[in-house]
Amino acid sequence: MKIVLKQINLLNPEQKLNQRCDLLIEDGVIRKIDDLKPEDLKSSKVYEFENKYCVPGLLDMHVHLREPGREDEETVVTGCNGAAAGGFTAVASMPNTNPDTDSAEIVRFIKEKAKDHLVDVFPVAAASLGRKGEALAPMYELYEAGAVGFSDDGVAIKSSLVLRHAMEYAKMFSAPIIEHCEDESLADGAMNESITSTILGLPAIPNVAEDLIVMRDIMLAEFTGAKVHIAHVSSKNAVELVRQAKKKGINITAEVTPHHFTLTDEMVKTFDTNYKMNPPLRTRADIDAMIEGLKDGTIDCIASDHAPHSIEEKEMEFIYAPNGIIGLETTLGIALSDLVHKKHLTIEQLVEKLSINPRKVLNIPQVVIKEGEVANLTIFDPQQIWTVDIAKFKSKSKNSPFDKRLLTGKSIAVINKRKMYFEDKFFDI
Amino acid sequence: MDIKAKIIDDEGFTRTITRLAHEILEKNKGSKNIVLIGMRTRGVFIAERIRNKIREIEKFEPSFGTLDVTLYRDDFRTRLKQPEVSVTDITFDVNEKDIILIDDVLYTGRTVRAALDAVMDLGRPNTIQLCVLVDRGHRELPIKADFVGKNIPTSINEEVRVRLIEVDGEDAVYLVNAPNKN
Amino acid sequence: MSLSSRHLLGLYGVPREDIQLILDTATTFREVLERPIKKVPTLQGKTIVNLFYENSTRTRISFELAQKRLSADTINFSTSSSSTKKGETFKDTVRNIEAMKVDMIVVRHQSAGVPQYLTKISKANIINAGDGLHEHPTQGLLDMYSIREKLGRLEGLKVCIVGDVSHSRVALSNIFGLKSMGAKVSVCGPATMIPTGIESLGVKVYHSINEAIEKHDVLNVLRIQLERNAGVKIPSLREYHQYFGITTERIEKYNKDILILHPGPINRGVELSSEVADGPYQVILDQVTNGVAIRMAVLYLLGTMHN
Repeated sequence: MKIVLKQINLLNPEQKLNQRCDLLIEDGVIRKIDDLKPEDLKSSKVYEFENKYCVPGLLDMHVHLREPGREDEETVVTGCNGAAAGGFTAVASMPNTNPDTDSAEIVRFIKEKAKDHLVDVFPVAAASLGRKGEALAPMYELYEAGAVGFSDDGVAIKSSLVLRHAMEYAKMFSAPIIEHCEDESLADGAMNESITSTILGLPAIPNVAEDLIVMRDIMLAEFTGAKVHIAHVSSKNAVELVRQAKKKGINITAEVTPHHFTLTDEMVKTFDTNYKMNPPLRTRADIDAMIEGLKDGTIDCIASDHAPHSIEEKEMEFIYAPNGIIGLETTLGIALSDLVHKKHLTIEQLVEKLSINPRKVLNIPQVVIKEGEVANLTIFDPQQIWTVDIAKFKSKSKNSPFDKRLLTGKSIAVINKRKMYFEDKFFDI
Repeated sequence: MDIKAKIIDDEGFTRTITRLAHEILEKNKGSKNIVLIGMRTRGVFIAERIRNKIREIEKFEPSFGTLDVTLYRDDFRTRLKQPEVSVTDITFDVNEKDIILIDDVLYTGRTVRAALDAVMDLGRPNTIQLCVLVDRGHRELPIKADFVGKNIPTSINEEVRVRLIEVDGEDAVYLVNAPNKN
Repeated sequence: MSLSSRHLLGLYGVPREDIQLILDTATTFREVLERPIKKVPTLQGKTIVNLFYENSTRTRISFELAQKRLSADTINFSTSSSSTKKGETFKDTVRNIEAMKVDMIVVRHQSAGVPQYLTKISKANIINAGDGLHEHPTQGLLDMYSIREKLGRLEGLKVCIVGDVSHSRVALSNIFGLKSMGAKVSVCGPATMIPTGIESLGVKVYHSINEAIEKHDVLNVLRIQLERNAGVKIPSLREYHQYFGITTERIEKYNKDILILHPGPINRGVELSSEVADGPYQVILDQVTNGVAIRMAVLYLLGTMHN
């Protein structure tokens, strides 16, 4: 089948590609990147995508797909549906499944579930068995089964000794250790520690709980020479530590979630559990540091930390409710509204944060937009104004604080593996 | 105030108070067992004047208290404003006493009903007698005053306003027009 | 004169006029408590549920007495004897109670924010009897009433809250309420027990109990939670008493005019010596009596409000 994306803005900073023209795709492969003649258009399905952007498929590198174990909250398939609706052609799934993704069977199980989907799933496996931080997981076997990184996400790798070994081991195949940076003994709380937590009488987690582990991991990364990626950074001090580490040439990368560059801890005053996440929402100063970190390259990636939870789990007394919100279907819109339109990042830089850098961190081959290459594309309209309507989300869970928010910038379509998702439907191309 | 008529002027006021004091003493045979309870707010001032008169006549001063009936009212849900509570100050024992409840205007009788309940919660008096400055009719409950200063028949569109020097700067009773507040 | 909200969720942001109204109304009910028949028919026909997810005998009894003395029908719900043991969610429990048509809910819970949450899922008037470490407004009110009763005013008084301020809803409600009423508030305790950012609320911090006694008119002394604190925030209760305990010697040396409050129950020999607990400087039992009057005032003002 032939499709044409007409007069689209092609953009890929990695290829230094910035061109407006037609794009012809046949049977899922890019055939022509040029203004097309009427004959070419005749036998094709033409999409009038003037003023829209076409970029290498976006990859959300921090997603909880909940399968196996919590299929009531999300499955691999529903999560991928949400990813496609959000403009992603690939996701990296986190290992805190049930059972944990600490065996090759589970990695293969997850990949099998996503086999026929438009969206690629790259599992991140546990670094330690059961994510207990005591014994190494079978990392080589996991890597061969398809794991792209290792993490005990949900918690930090508890023992520094185990972390050291995991780093040295993973270095053999250049896989990153992805760390959820949190010192457990300091982190018994439901929100950020500040004057707001004092007024609200909620147990609280200070910035230093994150900073301590970021510092530990940086020093161990320097010591071992391993590749370490800081998941969902939220503290301004942590950003500064990463900045200094990069200056020293230490192999450290970092990601930030949209909620950590837009929402402050004051939102907790409503006691709405959709403002309860880990790391917690922090102060204005922390948000400014996140944005600054994105601008100067200290923070390499934007990832959603998509954490589906069932209604009865979130509809609970605040201190008992689980942490986390969904994010696949709002990440691009929020990034465009709050970063690009506020002139903090250009669209090119955004493509780096959402597509190019995540693939670099996870050692996944970059998408190339070139004649003869398989099409792996995200098409979005940075000017489209839309209202978030959670009821229409493809994700099985609905726990998001962004319902009814007005955003400027929306994903229009995604193309990958000979499939296209457009106007709420998947079809072969 | 949309005044229709002045029913009692300041001299008439004093004479009425004197007569009421004499009636109370006559009916209770000059007894030392009577206690006066004024109902907030204007009933208190009238009760004070009656007490002073009794002291003048009999050379003895009966026990005196003030009663706030807000907590016993039956009209919380229908009133436009939430009523403000005030303090009940009855420091003596009411058991076996002859209580003279004193208020300015007797109308539907509901306030007096509330006052009866309030007093009964304080003990078991010998008798409760009601003394009012004005009875304007339109009773909604079977309540009758034992001592009345003046009977003033009124229509629903009228009101009786009692003015006191202590609160309003003059002693008088007016009949005024009041639009039907239903 | 009416309260500006149909719930009492806390004292944060509550207008001064509302606090004044509650305190003044409580005076009326204080008198009712002196009568032989301590009952008025005011809330007859109203149904009030005491929803206590956290154990508390004294607060619950105080509320229950207040409700019964106003002639309301009261129901007690505590978790030990209930459907939560069968796994029912909080929301379902409340919905079930609502379906039985109740007018007011008095709630105590371990999690902050539960009273707010209740206002979203229930039509009843909600009264916070303590939500986690957040607020305990009726305690704040009865403390203010007790101070005003003894010292005649609140404006300009210097009140210091002593003890584990960082884990205290009593402290927070006191701070918010007293500041609204024009009092000067400070806190005193070991540095590990002073919450983050408290100075930015306009509250001064002391670490010397002697200085606290000397420089204030009133001390509101919080109980030190035995289970929670010993060994973690403070080395031992013995050390706490030595450096922060209030004794007659200290009072007589630094300020004989001090007024001592305590929300109870007292750890004798820890935050207060037995002598002080029973002595002439404290009004602890008055606080208990005033507590019933304050709760009657709150129930009255909310229960007779037009909806």
